[in-house]
Amino acid sequence: MIALREVTKRFGAAVALDAVSLDVRPGATHVLLGSSGSGKSTVLRLILGLAAPDAGVISVDGTPVGAATRDGLVARMGYVVQDGGLYPHLTCADNVALAAEAHRWPRPRIAARMAALAEMAGLDAGMLRRYPRELSGGQRQRVGLMRALMLDPPILLLDEPLGALDPIVRAELQDQLGRLFAGLAKTVVLVTHDVREAARLGHTITLLTGGRVVQQGTFADLAERPASPFVTQFLTAQTLAPPAPAGR
Amino acid sequence: MRPGVGLALSALLLSAPGTGAAADGVIRVGSKSFTESYILAEVVAQVIEQVGEARAERRVGLGGTGVTQRAIESGAIDLYPEYTGTLAHVILKDPSLRTVEAIRARLEPRGLTIGDSLGFANTYALAVREDRGTRLGLRTVSDLARHPELRAAFSSGFLEREDGWPGLRAHYGLALHRVGVMEHALTYRAIASGDVDVMDVFSTDGQLERLRLRLLEDDRGFFPDYSAVLLARREMVERFPRTWARLREALEGRIDGRRMARLNAMADLDGKSIVEAAGAFPGSGGESIPSSGARGRSALVAELAALTRDHLLLVLISVGAAIVLGIPMGIVAARYRRAGQLELSVIAMLQTVPALALLMFMIPLFGIGQGPALVALALYALLPIARNTYAGLMAIDRTLLEIAWVLRLGRVRRLLRVELPLASIAIMAGIKTAAVTTVGTATLAAFIGGGGYGTLIVRGLALDDTGTILAGAAPAALMALAFHGLFELVDRVAIPRGLR
Repeated sequence: MIALREVTKRFGAAVALDAVSLDVRPGATHVLLGSSGSGKSTVLRLILGLAAPDAGVISVDGTPVGAATRDGLVARMGYVVQDGGLYPHLTCADNVALAAEAHRWPRPRIAARMAALAEMAGLDAGMLRRYPRELSGGQRQRVGLMRALMLDPPILLLDEPLGALDPIVRAELQDQLGRLFAGLAKTVVLVTHDVREAARLGHTITLLTGGRVVQQGTFADLAERPASPFVTQFLTAQTLAPPAPAGR
Repeated sequence: MRPGVGLALSALLLSAPGTGAAADGVIRVGSKSFTESYILAEVVAQVIEQVGEARAERRVGLGGTGVTQRAIESGAIDLYPEYTGTLAHVILKDPSLRTVEAIRARLEPRGLTIGDSLGFANTYALAVREDRGTRLGLRTVSDLARHPELRAAFSSGFLEREDGWPGLRAHYGLALHRVGVMEHALTYRAIASGDVDVMDVFSTDGQLERLRLRLLEDDRGFFPDYSAVLLARREMVERFPRTWARLREALEGRIDGRRMARLNAMADLDGKSIVEAAGAFPGSGGESIPSSGARGRSALVAELAALTRDHLLLVLISVGAAIVLGIPMGIVAARYRRAGQLELSVIAMLQTVPALALLMFMIPLFGIGQGPALVALALYALLPIARNTYAGLMAIDRTLLEIAWVLRLGRVRRLLRVELPLASIAIMAGIKTAAVTTVGTATLAAFIGGGGYGTLIVRGLALDDTGTILAGAAPAALMALAFHGLFELVDRVAIPRGLR
C-alpha cells in the first residue's frame, strides 16, 4: 500500500503539491488525473524517492520514503515514462535486460523472462533487436513497459505512458494495459491528463489541480457526485469535445 | 634512435630530468636553429664519428639559447657550438667577462667548459645597403646619428637584449625615429627592396655578400666579441678525452669569418644541404660527400619516413595520455560541480599558455627531446577531451539518468552502459579535435628536440628555405587530414549505432 499524508512540495516559490493525502490499495490501479502543472507527476517522483517532500510523509508498505530507505523501496517499483524513456544507444532487448544484468541474472533466465514479457506486450523478438528510434511510439511504449516489469516489481508507476501516442493507438493500448494490469495484480499508479484513460484504467482516481486534491473516488463517484463544478468541467471538457489532438 | 612508447610514457608520468648523457657511449651534439649552428654541429658530429670513441647523436635545431643552455646543464646534450658573447651576457650574465679563459673559469663550477675560438666571430652588426651607405656616407655606427630619419627593422632578440639595440642606442646616443621588429628572413627582402634602411645582422651571415650589404663599423667598440667556441659538459670531456682533443684540433682556429659566411651561404642560398656545407669545412674531408641529386632525394624520403614515425608517436602517445586523463577528468567535473569548474578552469588556463612557452617550461622538469614534448602536447590535448566529456555528460536527458537510478544499475554500470555511451558523440568530437590540433602543435616539438615534422620546419626557417618548410608542413597537414578521416571510421565503432 502506498500512502501520502499531508504532503507538500515546493519548487522555489511555486507550490507543486499542497497538503496532499491519498491511499493506493494493493493490487489496484490508481489514476492521478489533472492537467499539466497540477502536480500529478510530482507525486510519482516523491513515491520513487527522486525528490523529497518539504512536509508530510510518503510511505510504501508502511516504510516511510527517505534517503535511507529509498534504495530498498525503489527495488519494488517499475517506472514507465512518456515515450518509453528508452536508451537510444541500446537495442530494445538491451534496454529491457539492463536491470536483470545489473542483478547478474544468468542469460537463459533473462531470455526466458524477456520472451514472456514480449508475448504479454505483443512484441516479437525481431522488433526487440531494433533500436528504439526504429520502432513506432506505441511499440516503444510497450518496450518501456517490458523494461519496467523485467524484475517483476509489485508496484508499477506510469507517468503519462501514452501521452505521446495518437488517439487510435492510444485507445488500443489503453485496452491492452487494462487487461494487463488486471492479469498482473500489481499496484499501479498511473498519471494522465486523459479522462477517458482514467475512466478505463482507474479503480480509483484522484483529481488534482494546482497541487491540491479536488476529489478522490471511482470514476462513477467523480462523474455522478462531483465535489465541485470544476470536476464536472474537467470531465466534460474532454469527453464532449472533439478528439484531443495527439500529444499534449 | 628514439625512446620507445613505454619509455616515452614513463617520461610522461615520472618527472625524470634528462639523464646524464655521455654515459652510454653516446655524445649528444646540440645546435640552435640557425644555419651556422647546424653546420658547426654537423662538423662536430662527423669528427666524433671519425674518432670512434663514442657514437654521435644529433639533437639539432633547438629553439634558442634558453633551450640549449637548459639542455646542456641537464645533460640532455653534451656539447654544442656557442659564442663567447652569449656565454658572458646570457648564460653567465656577467658582461665583464671578455676572454675565453675568464669565461672558461666561470663555467667550471657549472660542470661546463669551452675550447678556444674556432677562428671567427659572429658578432651582431648593423648593416645598410651598399649603395645607400655610399650615398649617405654611412661607414660607422656613429654615422647613423646624423640620419635619424632612417627606417630600422630589428629581430626581436636584438631589440630586447642589453647587448643589442637598447645598449647600442645608449652607447652611441642614437635616435632613429622608426624602429620596428621583423623576422630576419623578411628583413632581408625588405632591405633589398628599399623598404627598410638599417637592420641587425650577424657578421658571418651568408646573405651579406649576395645582397650587397655594408656592415657599419663598431667604431666605439660596443658589440661584445662573439667568438665561436665549443661548449661542452666536463663529464663528456673527461670521459672521451681523445674525442675532445680531436675536436679542438679539427675546429679551433680553422675558419675565419668570410669562409664561415661562405659556408652559411652554401646552405642558405645555394640549396646545399647542411651535410654538404659541413663537408666544405676546412680539413673535413668533404670531398667524400656526394653532391645533392638522386641521393638527396632518397635521403629526404628516408628522413621523412623517420620524421613521420616520430610525429605519429608524438601525436598518438600524447593524445592517448590525454584520453586516459581527460575522460576521467570530465567525469569528475560533471559529478562534482564546484571542484569540476575549478578543474576545467585550470585546464583552460593551461591552454592559454602559448605552446612554445609550455614546451620551454618542460625543460627544467624533463630535459629536452620527446619526453617533455609529449608532456606538453598531452597537457594541450587535455582541454578539448575533458571539456567535451563534461559537456556530453551534462547534456544527457535527466529522465534517462533517473531511470538508471530506478533500474538500480549502480554507479559503474550506469557510467559505462548509460552515461559514457550517451555522451560518446561529444567525447569523440573532443578526441578528434585534440588529435587534429595536436598534429599541428607537435610541429613545435622540434624546438626542444622532440623530433617530428617540425624538424624540417625549423630547419627551413633557419635556411629561409620554403621548400624545406613545406616538406615539413605539408605532411603535417596531410596527417591532420588523415586523422580526421580515420576518426570518421573510429566513430562507427565508438559511437553506438542507435545514436548515429
